[in-house]
Amino acid sequence: MSIIEVSKLTKYYGKARGIVDVSFGVEAGEIFGFIGPNGAGKSTTIRLLLSLIHPTSGSARMFGQDVAAHGPEIRCDIGYLPSEVYYYEGMKVIDLLRYSASFYGHDSTERMRALAQTMELELNRRISDLSYGNKKKVGIVQGLLHSPKLLFLDEPTAGLDPLMQRKFFNLIREENARGVTVFFSSHILGEVQRLCTRVGIIREGRIVEISNIRALQQNNYKKVQVAADGLNPAAFNLPGVTNLQSENGTVSFFFKGDINAVLHRISALQVTDVSIEEPTLEEIFMHYYE
Amino acid sequence: MNASIFKHEVRARLRSVAIWSLAVAALVVVYFSFFAGFADQAELLNEMMARFPPEMRAAFGLDRMDLSTVLGYYSFIFLFVQLCLAIQASGYGFGMVSIEEAELTADFLLTKPVSRAQVLNSKLLAALAGLTLTNLAVWVSSFAALELFRSGREYAMGTLLLLLLSIVIFQLFFLSVGLVVSLLVKRVRSVTPYALGLGFGAYVLSAFSGVLGDVKLELISPFKHLDPAAIVQNAAYDAPLVLLNVAVSLAALAASYWLYLRRDIPAVS
Repeated sequence: MSIIEVSKLTKYYGKARGIVDVSFGVEAGEIFGFIGPNGAGKSTTIRLLLSLIHPTSGSARMFGQDVAAHGPEIRCDIGYLPSEVYYYEGMKVIDLLRYSASFYGHDSTERMRALAQTMELELNRRISDLSYGNKKKVGIVQGLLHSPKLLFLDEPTAGLDPLMQRKFFNLIREENARGVTVFFSSHILGEVQRLCTRVGIIREGRIVEISNIRALQQNNYKKVQVAADGLNPAAFNLPGVTNLQSENGTVSFFFKGDINAVLHRISALQVTDVSIEEPTLEEIFMHYYE
Repeated sequence: MNASIFKHEVRARLRSVAIWSLAVAALVVVYFSFFAGFADQAELLNEMMARFPPEMRAAFGLDRMDLSTVLGYYSFIFLFVQLCLAIQASGYGFGMVSIEEAELTADFLLTKPVSRAQVLNSKLLAALAGLTLTNLAVWVSSFAALELFRSGREYAMGTLLLLLLSIVIFQLFFLSVGLVVSLLVKRVRSVTPYALGLGFGAYVLSAFSGVLGDVKLELISPFKHLDPAAIVQNAAYDAPLVLLNVAVSLAALAASYWLYLRRDIPAVS
């Protein structure tokens, strides 16, 4: 079942482009990565889905209901962690969390305590006294408090130290294991790679690729590195080779196609070192951005 | 209406409401405590007033006020009370949704399972609750001051009630106009200059309209619609002007809902 169905969603801010003709679907129970550089339209897409802004054209459905017509009902089951967290500065953490919980009509005190403990968040401090990382923790607890069925994470790890990031990822995995669908927006590919099953890549407001992460890594490209004495890069001028670079007797390139063709060339050489590996998402990503 | 938002809003505004209420109550009581002195010297006072330039007398409504009577003197104070109430109500109107957007808490609130209409309903009612407390402070302080310091002089209770009842209409005007203006501009960075501008602007429009000649600009100002000197003089409202006032308020409210339901909440930039 599709939890999110986006069809031809377009948003212009006056004449400035937000997103254009964006269509994709997110299935129940998956962790969907949404990647693109700053300004590509990631936040715009999320804000449209949450009805913080209104589309110029196109539509979106969540839980099978139209976002524009059934916003309040849909948002009952949604948790949102914005990229920049801002809360009422004069309030205490616990009061903010209670205020947040009061919108959902069921008691979440116990869960609040548990989440705060996991994220090492002190409940009695004033929001204005918190560091950026600690505010982020408030955001995480606030977003998970009411046991949502769908989570929107907009660049969630900024400001969290590595230890907290790991705890946070574990938390998200636990939620996912309980059946929570996650929409994970980021420009840091490593974390998307660690967490997500499928990714959508957005660039200049348009979706350029939607793919299974494994498929993206395996079926497309291999990263090949060969070191040999007196190596001539031209030896690897094969169809399917891209990004051919040569440095200090080491040649590296991406290859798409039958790997035997490359192996054949390598076997003719007296190599000192060779590696054939899956490119990181980062490298694939750069390819989409060229 | 959403009870959580209402409570949150009332609590957030409590200190401001308390300060405004104390300020207007003190204004009424302290100024009215001088009444006995003024009344005794009425002849001298009116003579002195006559020497002021007519424009200045008109600006404070003094040409139509008899400071030797309880309500004449009270209506002079009431003008300053109105000025305070105008600035307070404008501030609440301008800040109602713009503060959340400026402090970037709007994202938090609007991703909760509430509709925009519910958000605005709750915020409006909370602002009105605050204004009503200040309104109450004017009522209580006025009755107290008149009882304590009128030195046995009589006044028409009906006319006093007309003045006090005008407050709610007056507040609603500035609240709703402030709100609609805040939704028409892209971003309100600071509420205070807008509130002072609207409050004083409306006052100046009414007070100095005579000086500017016969432009009739004052007809858009609530200080003219609910002119205390005129209410005391006629012991009645100027019905068409009051209706105009209410109509503008209601139109501003309707426009505010229309705009807010369609508003794109600006993102953190």
